[in-house]
Amino acid sequence: MEKKKKRSIIRGVILLVLACAIIYTIYNSATKDEVKVLADGDKAPDFELVDLEGNTHRLSDYKGQGVFLNFWGTWCEPCKKEMPAMERQYQQFKDKGVQVLAVNIAQSNFEVQKFVDEYDLTFPVVIDKTKSVMQAYNVGQLPASFLVSPDGKVKRIPPGELSEEQIQSLMESIKPE
Amino acid sequence: MEKISCVCGHENPYGTKICGKCGRPLSDDAKAQKVLDMRYDGSAIRSKTYNKSIIDKIWNFFSSVKVGVALIVITLITSSIGTFFPQKFNIQAATEAERALYYEQNYGTLGKLYYELGFSDIYNSWWYQILVGLLAISIIVASLDRGIPLYKSLKNQRVKRHESFMKKQRIVAHGPVTEGDPSKTLDLIAEKMTKLRYKVRRDGNALLAEKNRFARSGPYINHLGLIIFIFGLMLRFIPGFHVDEAMWIREGEVRAVPGMEGYFLENKQFILETYDNEPTKAQIEQGVSAIAKNYQTDVKLYKQAEGAVLGNTDNMDVVKEYSIRVNHPLKYNGYSIYQMDYRLNELKTMTFDLTNKESGESLGSVKIDLTNPEKEYVLGKNTKVEIMNYYPDFSGMKDGVPQTASQYPNNPAFVFKMITPDKPEGEISFVSIGAAPVEAGENEYKMTFKNVETRNASGLKIKKDSTIPILIIGGVIFLLGVAIGSYWNHRRLWVQQLEDGTILLAAHTNKNWFSIKKDLDAVTEYAHLPKYIDQQDIEDVDKNKEGDDVK
Repeated sequence: MEKKKKRSIIRGVILLVLACAIIYTIYNSATKDEVKVLADGDKAPDFELVDLEGNTHRLSDYKGQGVFLNFWGTWCEPCKKEMPAMERQYQQFKDKGVQVLAVNIAQSNFEVQKFVDEYDLTFPVVIDKTKSVMQAYNVGQLPASFLVSPDGKVKRIPPGELSEEQIQSLMESIKPE
Repeated sequence: MEKISCVCGHENPYGTKICGKCGRPLSDDAKAQKVLDMRYDGSAIRSKTYNKSIIDKIWNFFSSVKVGVALIVITLITSSIGTFFPQKFNIQAATEAERALYYEQNYGTLGKLYYELGFSDIYNSWWYQILVGLLAISIIVASLDRGIPLYKSLKNQRVKRHESFMKKQRIVAHGPVTEGDPSKTLDLIAEKMTKLRYKVRRDGNALLAEKNRFARSGPYINHLGLIIFIFGLMLRFIPGFHVDEAMWIREGEVRAVPGMEGYFLENKQFILETYDNEPTKAQIEQGVSAIAKNYQTDVKLYKQAEGAVLGNTDNMDVVKEYSIRVNHPLKYNGYSIYQMDYRLNELKTMTFDLTNKESGESLGSVKIDLTNPEKEYVLGKNTKVEIMNYYPDFSGMKDGVPQTASQYPNNPAFVFKMITPDKPEGEISFVSIGAAPVEAGENEYKMTFKNVETRNASGLKIKKDSTIPILIIGGVIFLLGVAIGSYWNHRRLWVQQLEDGTILLAAHTNKNWFSIKKDLDAVTEYAHLPKYIDQQDIEDVDKNKEGDDVK
C-alpha cells in the first residue's frame, strides 16, 4: 500500500512537471512577439529625454499625474491632425493633473521646433534621438499613444490616430482621483 | 498487485515473464515459447503492471511504444508539411493581409489553405508544440518504465539459471565434453572467455560470462540526449535566450540596438569594396559590372552609464570598436551583430551659393546638414540665409503647402529667406531638386545649388542564441547513445556442468549473433565443448517445411 502510494505520487509529479513545461512553452511562444509590447496594467518603462530647450523630462517625475504619452513625427499626416486636438485638451486638463508628453522620433531640432511653432504646442516635446524609448515601447507605426495612470502604470494603449473626443475621454480616464 | 513466486522461492513483481533469480519462465507466453523473448531480460515493464488510478492510466498511455511511434510519425508528417511552402518569416511581406495575399498569389488555392490552416508558421503553432511536448513525455515515461527494471534485473543477475531458462535460449548446447578431463572444462571456459574480454563469474558448477553490458544503456542515453535537445528548444521561447532583430543605421548615427537594452551603436562608416578586374565572360553574360570584395561597417558599441534611465545617453562607455564584415560579426556578451545589407549614397549635406542673379556674384556658400539643419546661416554683416521651412522628402504640394513623405532626406526641399545688404527685409524662395525655384515676387538673389555630400547606411542583424551550447550537448549525448547502442552488443554465456558431468550451455546477445557465434566457436574448440545449435535456425527450417506441406 505504502509503495503504491509512493509510485502514484512520483508518477503524478513527473507528469505534472512535464505538463507544466509544455504549457509554459506554449504560453511563452504565444506571447513571444509581444514580450516587449506593453499591455494594459504593465509598468510604463521609465525614461528621460531632452526637450528643445535642453530640459530633461523624466517620466517618473510625473508620478501622481496622468501622462498622455504620444510618439510622433513631423512627416506623419495623422500626427498633424492629432496635435491641435491634443493641445486643446491639454489646456483643459493640465490643471487637473494630466500631463502631455510628446516624443518625437529622431528628427532634427530644427524640424521639431518649426512644427511646435506652427501648431503652437505648449506641452513638452522631447526628441528620442537614438530611438531607444521608441524601441522600449515597441512603437511600430506613428502616431502611437500610451495612457499612463498616476501610479506609473500603462492604463490604455489606444490604437492609431485619435479623435478629439477620444483624447478627451482618455485624458479623463487617467485624471488623478 | 500480487507478487509472483517462482518455484525457486524468488518473489517477482507482477508482470514478470522470466524469474529474476533462476530464469524459469513464469508467464504462460514465456512457457509456451521455444526460444524466450529476452527483451528487458523478461522483467516486468512497470506500466503494464498497474492500471488502477487515472495517473497510472495516463502514465501507461505514454509508456506505450505504439503511442510513441504514432507521435513520431505524426510529428514527422506535420514537420514535413511545413517545408512545402516557405514559412511566413521567410517571405517578403510585412502585414498579415500581405502574407495571406502572398500565399494565395504564389501558390493558389493550396497556398491559401496552407496559410489559413496555420501551416505557414507551423513550428510556432501551439499544436505543434504540444505534439513535440507529448513526444518528450512519451520518451521520458517509456524510458523510465523500461530502463529502471532492466537496469535492476541486469544488476542482480544470478550466475546459476534454471535448466528451463537455458534450454529456451536461442543458442544452446548439451552433451559431454568431446575430449579431456570434464572436471577442467569450467576452468578452460573461464580462461578462454576472459581472454575474449568477457567478465566471468562462477557459482559452484555454474558459470556466467558477460561482455559489454553498458551497450544496453545506449537507447536510454540516446533518449536523454533527445530530452536535453528538446529542453534547449523550449528555452528559445523564453525571453532573453533567443534574440533575432534587425536595424538600419546611417553613417554618423548613434542608435539604440534593438533586443540589446542599454546598448547603442554608432556607425562610423560603411565600406563597399569591389575587385577591379576586367569583366569576365560570365560577368558580361550576367550583366554584372563588378564583383564585391568586402562589405564592412566600422562601428562603436556603447553601453549606457551605470544606473542611467532609458533614453539617457550621457556619459556612455565605449565597450567595443569593431569592423563588422560578412561572416565576421561583432561579438559581445553573447550577442552577435552581423553585416546584412547596405544602401549607398544617401544625401547627407547640400551646399548652396547665395548668388546675385544678374551679376552671378556669390556672397558666400551655405552647407546644410540635412539631418540637422540650422535655423540660419550667417555669411557676413547684413548677409544671412534663414531656413524658413524644410521638407526632407518633398512629395508635392497639397492645398498649396509642401509635403514631406518621410523623415529621410531623399528629396530635400527648402524655403529660404535670403537677407542681403540690398534686400534687408529678405527675399523668399522655395527650392527643390530638379525644379526651378518658386519665388514670392521677383528676387534679386537666388540659392544656387553647388554640391552634395552623401553617406551610406548599413543594415545589421542582431542575434543571440544562448541555447546553442545546450543543443550541442544534447546532440552529442544523443550520438553517443546511438554509438553505444549500435557498435557494442551485450553478450552473455551461461554454462552449467550437470551432475552426470555433461555440459549445458546457453548464449544470448541483443544483436549481432554472428559475432557471439565466433566467440562460441573459439571457446567450443578450446574447452572441447559439445556443439551448439541455433534454435531459431531450426524453427525457420520447420516453418519452411510447413509452408512446403501446404503447397
